[in-house]
Amino acid sequence: MHISEGVLSPGVLIAGAGLTAAGVAVGLRKLETKEIPSVGILSAAFFVASLIHVPIGPASIHLILNGMLGIILGWKAFPAVLVGLALQALLFQFGGITTLGVNTLNMAFPAVVCYYLFGWGIRIGNRRLVFILSAFAGGSCAVFLGSVMVGLSLYLSGEAFLPAAKVVVAAHLPVMVIEGGLTAVCALFLRRVKPELLEGAYVPKQSS
Amino acid sequence: MIVEEFADGDSLIHRLDPRVKIIVAALFSTIVAVSDRFRVLLPALIIGLILIMLSAVPVKKLFMRLVPVNGFIIFLWLFLPFTFDGEPLFAVGPLVATNEGVYHATRITLKSNAIVVVLIALVASTPVFALGHALHELRIPNKIVHLFFFTYRYIHVMHREYLRLVNAMKIRNFRPATNIHTYRTFAYLVGMLLVKSHERAKRVYNAMLCRGFRGRLYSLSRFSLKSIDVISFILMLAVILGLAVLE
Repeated sequence: MHISEGVLSPGVLIAGAGLTAAGVAVGLRKLETKEIPSVGILSAAFFVASLIHVPIGPASIHLILNGMLGIILGWKAFPAVLVGLALQALLFQFGGITTLGVNTLNMAFPAVVCYYLFGWGIRIGNRRLVFILSAFAGGSCAVFLGSVMVGLSLYLSGEAFLPAAKVVVAAHLPVMVIEGGLTAVCALFLRRVKPELLEGAYVPKQSS
Repeated sequence: MIVEEFADGDSLIHRLDPRVKIIVAALFSTIVAVSDRFRVLLPALIIGLILIMLSAVPVKKLFMRLVPVNGFIIFLWLFLPFTFDGEPLFAVGPLVATNEGVYHATRITLKSNAIVVVLIALVASTPVFALGHALHELRIPNKIVHLFFFTYRYIHVMHREYLRLVNAMKIRNFRPATNIHTYRTFAYLVGMLLVKSHERAKRVYNAMLCRGFRGRLYSLSRFSLKSIDVISFILMLAVILGLAVLE
């Protein structure tokens, strides 16, 4: 889902950077100083989890997990994704300085959208079916929305990118299903083992 | 697996002030990203290669890094030559490649590689902790810098936890395939990583409180601009300005 340096037009880059700056500002306002270690270690876990390759037929895909990230962190997903992508640019040279804004937006915005759309279903304590469906929807919609935004960033940079943009979205359709299923199973697991992680999504002030 | 491959060299570029390197890399990337002419992009790539030589990065490792970066570019090459309107160049079946399309794809390739090469030469050659403190000095909000430090520090810890879990799975003869069992196992793996990270976060935070943490991180090393930093900064600014004028 990373867009390389030098592909997008200046307008798209500037818009992406501006919107990401706004998102990060909101995220930082919600992020208390004492939460920084928790959010940092959690983003490290997501960073590592996104290196996991899952087989699908003869090929394999790496996990994105921005749905799960959104469900757990809400608006704090913005700073978390920003830092994660900056480290990926540093350590692996995926993406870079000028695309940091657009790439962060494409991953973190769907995370926040899914937090608002499906967070309530995770919150309802005893409705198992609603819980599973919300988690699945959160995981798959985050990936779908993300791929649409990647496609849109390409398309807005030039009409000639349209076929490539369509292929990006199409290629993410199977990923969407897998991510949704994975997110649902993972959320069920967390509900049994560590429910406070999921509650962190709607109780921003955790007492420590 | 997750290592700063280029950070532990000793060269002119490694010794430069991280603040200078960050600013130069950011300006250079921006100018190259918005420029559209070959007479800017070619010199930009050459400047990048000169910086790489100055930073004494092993060529083999450099190429290893450029391969995945160019994956996306190759993907675009499959489309761009055929989707641009313009003078036909050659045809593959019903598809007609145009001059303009090939030019555009070439431009993107040049741009992308020039920026990445400079990023490797200047920024990846700096230890992450020095970068973090430099970002702090450059007035990046404290919370982001702290988050950056914590995430970087714990990536390695979480990666070790991940390898431990994967080993446990292998010992139990887990073989990934395309089936429900595999996906469920991976979901539990992710869940377990999150649980472990959460528990560790609690312990780390308490340990920090015991040692008097009050929301500030202190750097032991002070940055000081030496004359070589100032000279190279002015030199690079001049080069970047030159590129901007060419555009």
